[in-house]
Amino acid sequence: MLYQWFIPMLLQAQDVFPEAAAPGFLDRLTRAFSVVSINNFLFLSALLFTIGVAGVLTRRNIIVILMSIELILNAANLNLVAFSRYWQIQGGISPYTGQLFTIFIIVVAAAEAVIGLGILIALYRNRETVSVDEIDILKL
Amino acid sequence: MDYIWLIPLFPLVGAIINGLLAPRLRLPEKLIGAIAALMITLSLMVSVMAVWQYAGWSHQAGNEGKPYIAEKFKYTWLPGGKAQITEGPQAGKELTDLNIEWSYQLDRLSSLYILFITFVGLLIHIYAIGYMHGEAGFARFFAYLNLFMFMMLTLVLSSNLLMLFVGWEGVGLCSYLLIGFYMTRAEAANASKKAFIINRIGDAGFLLATAAIFAALGSIQFTEVDRLLQSYQLEPLGSFGLMSWIALGLFIGAIGKSAQIPLYIWLPDAMAGPTPVSALIHAATMVTAGVFLLARMHSVFQHSLTVMLIVAFVGALTALLAASIAITQRDIKKVLAYSTVSQLGLMFLGCGVGAFTAAIFHVVTHAFFKAQLFLGAGSIGHALHHEQDLMRMGGLKKYLPTTYRTMQICWLAICGIVPFAGFWSKDEIFAATFTTPQFNAVRYLLWFIGLVTAALTAFYMTRMMSLAFEGNERFNSHSEPNATPIDQSANAGQSTEDGQTIADNHHSPAAHSANPQEGSALMRLPLLILAAGATVIGFIGIPGYSWIEHWLAPTFQMGTTEMAHPAMAVVVGVSVVSLVVALVAIMAAKNVYERKPEIADKLALNFGPLYKGSLNHWYWDSLIEGKFVQGFSQLCRLLWQGDLIVFDTIPNGTALLTKGSSLISRYFDYHGVDLIVNFTGLFLRFISVALRTAQTGFVNNYALIMILGLCLIILGLEYTAIVDIYHRIFPSAGSLPLPGLKST
Repeated sequence: MLYQWFIPMLLQAQDVFPEAAAPGFLDRLTRAFSVVSINNFLFLSALLFTIGVAGVLTRRNIIVILMSIELILNAANLNLVAFSRYWQIQGGISPYTGQLFTIFIIVVAAAEAVIGLGILIALYRNRETVSVDEIDILKL
Repeated sequence: MDYIWLIPLFPLVGAIINGLLAPRLRLPEKLIGAIAALMITLSLMVSVMAVWQYAGWSHQAGNEGKPYIAEKFKYTWLPGGKAQITEGPQAGKELTDLNIEWSYQLDRLSSLYILFITFVGLLIHIYAIGYMHGEAGFARFFAYLNLFMFMMLTLVLSSNLLMLFVGWEGVGLCSYLLIGFYMTRAEAANASKKAFIINRIGDAGFLLATAAIFAALGSIQFTEVDRLLQSYQLEPLGSFGLMSWIALGLFIGAIGKSAQIPLYIWLPDAMAGPTPVSALIHAATMVTAGVFLLARMHSVFQHSLTVMLIVAFVGALTALLAASIAITQRDIKKVLAYSTVSQLGLMFLGCGVGAFTAAIFHVVTHAFFKAQLFLGAGSIGHALHHEQDLMRMGGLKKYLPTTYRTMQICWLAICGIVPFAGFWSKDEIFAATFTTPQFNAVRYLLWFIGLVTAALTAFYMTRMMSLAFEGNERFNSHSEPNATPIDQSANAGQSTEDGQTIADNHHSPAAHSANPQEGSALMRLPLLILAAGATVIGFIGIPGYSWIEHWLAPTFQMGTTEMAHPAMAVVVGVSVVSLVVALVAIMAAKNVYERKPEIADKLALNFGPLYKGSLNHWYWDSLIEGKFVQGFSQLCRLLWQGDLIVFDTIPNGTALLTKGSSLISRYFDYHGVDLIVNFTGLFLRFISVALRTAQTGFVNNYALIMILGLCLIILGLEYTAIVDIYHRIFPSAGSLPLPGLKST
């Protein structure tokens, strides 16, 4: 099985991804990641965003969902700050616009968290549970 | 005098109020009767005023005999146009503007008529308030009575033949409605139908005559007719020209309305109506409309001596025939009905010999005494619980003194005893007949027939009075009185000849416990007033100083025939003869019916066939019923069967077709339309089941869908940028955003 299927598949990967089979692939990869450019921050923020979304979609506990939403928001914040640091426009937005917007989002996130927690408390008082699985009254 | 249009209007208003409003408002009986009587009173007052004024106007020089046509109330009723005279000596002459007007004419003749119509009508209305007390349809009765008065007054106040015809038909209609007032009784319904149909037969003659007058003279206004006929030639005895045809047509109309031979049979049957109806319509007013017509169209008649002779003969023969039937009748109202026919015959006799004044005089006096006699008979009936058989009355003078005394006066009047009214008017007719210059020896025959009629009249009226008021009281016994052989067979015959029994309206044999009593004051007062009238009204026509003759003479002098002005000696002689004859007849009748009733029975036995014939109205009714009416009914029944077969297939066939088409529709609806509708429903349910799965109620699912949607949006919006990034990472990728497969 290992030899009949897995290795040929690996070998086929070369056909699919010929770049990966090219020599010096790993070097190029390392070099790409040695200079800290905006891409790094963007990758990170995208990763955080994805994790947050995954959390929102998958977790059952409402508090965890709220935390994931915070994560999403903060990923956006990171994005904004990165752009504020690396992206210069000639005669356009000032370099601190991104950071300023980040402040706004933090405030909004805080307010939203308050409301979310308020709803959570009211929900707990009525349903005795914090698991979204069990709140399915809208189910047809 | 321009207000004479009010005279017919008041009764019309009364009819409308009583007919339409009174049932809805449920007015009390007294009020209904008061309204009706009030209207007639108003008419009477306006009539008196109008006649007073007319008299003043008419006595001015130059106005003698001229009628007064109310100028302010001339209304073009049927606008005409150009026409051409087509008959007679003026054929070919063209006339324009032939409008038929609705206007009221007051002249010497109509003024007399409106006075006695409203006066007698008022008294009968008052009587009817008492007589019809407690009857169902009280308001309807008075509405019809007032309507009748309206029609009659329209008839006499009309200014042309067509307007007269409106009134003519109207009184016929009201007669129908009133005879058949007791709608639920078959004999009343049949009698009313008979009356109306026979009236209509006469109307055919009337209409033909009207058309002929229009064609020959170009106008149907009375004034115009009188004026135009002055230039026409007289048609002597034996010749039968245009004028004779017209006169014959008018006379046929009068025969129908005034019950002469051969159209008299409706009048005895009309006694099925209430007694005030008989008094008003069939004694005083409607039946005198025929005489009125003859008097109005006197110029036409005076131009045609042949028809005058026919009129005289028909009148005389009717008088004799009716009198011969009246002597054997048992129903008091039938006796009076035949008496009316007989007296009408005398009036036509008077018209026929040219003595129109005498005929009108007799109309007026007859109205008074005949109405009174009818009301008295009603009073007797009222007292005896609607008993009308003479053989079941008797000895009533003790119980009904007012009725007795007043009826006595009018009995003497009708028999022609001096000084009561009938004497003067009847003998005027007889004198005129005896001396008329129109006919030669024939007039003696006519006079003789009249004399015999007078004798018979006296006889049967005395018989009626004796049987009703004198003698033993027979109204409490239940068995048949006077049970002799001829009477028994007569009794058997009387009920089968024309299917009519003696009118025994609400007779219950057990209800005779109380003694008969007079009616209320409302019923007695008219009796008294009419009797007083019958006493004095005769004095307007005393020969030698005849006020009525002077009043009416200018009207009838338009013709070229000389009016009969008999010498005083002749008048006195004729009067004495008829008086003697009447007295003899009275005494004979009193002898028979009060002292020796067996003579009557013996006479009846001896003259068996004659007695039977007279009792059965000389079989005229059964002849007509049997031959014409039955035959016609058969034809009608045949047509009805045909109608059932032929014409009813149309609606039945249509019904079948409708049923079939509705079946097809149902099939289509059930299998076609319902299929679609049901399928749509099923489909929707299916879809909803499929879509329902999205509603998990699970928030995370909703969030997932949101995120996926977001990704799709980003993909769509930035498609080129994403593809570009992909190519940078994997430069060897093909056009599809998939890791390129090695194509070679």
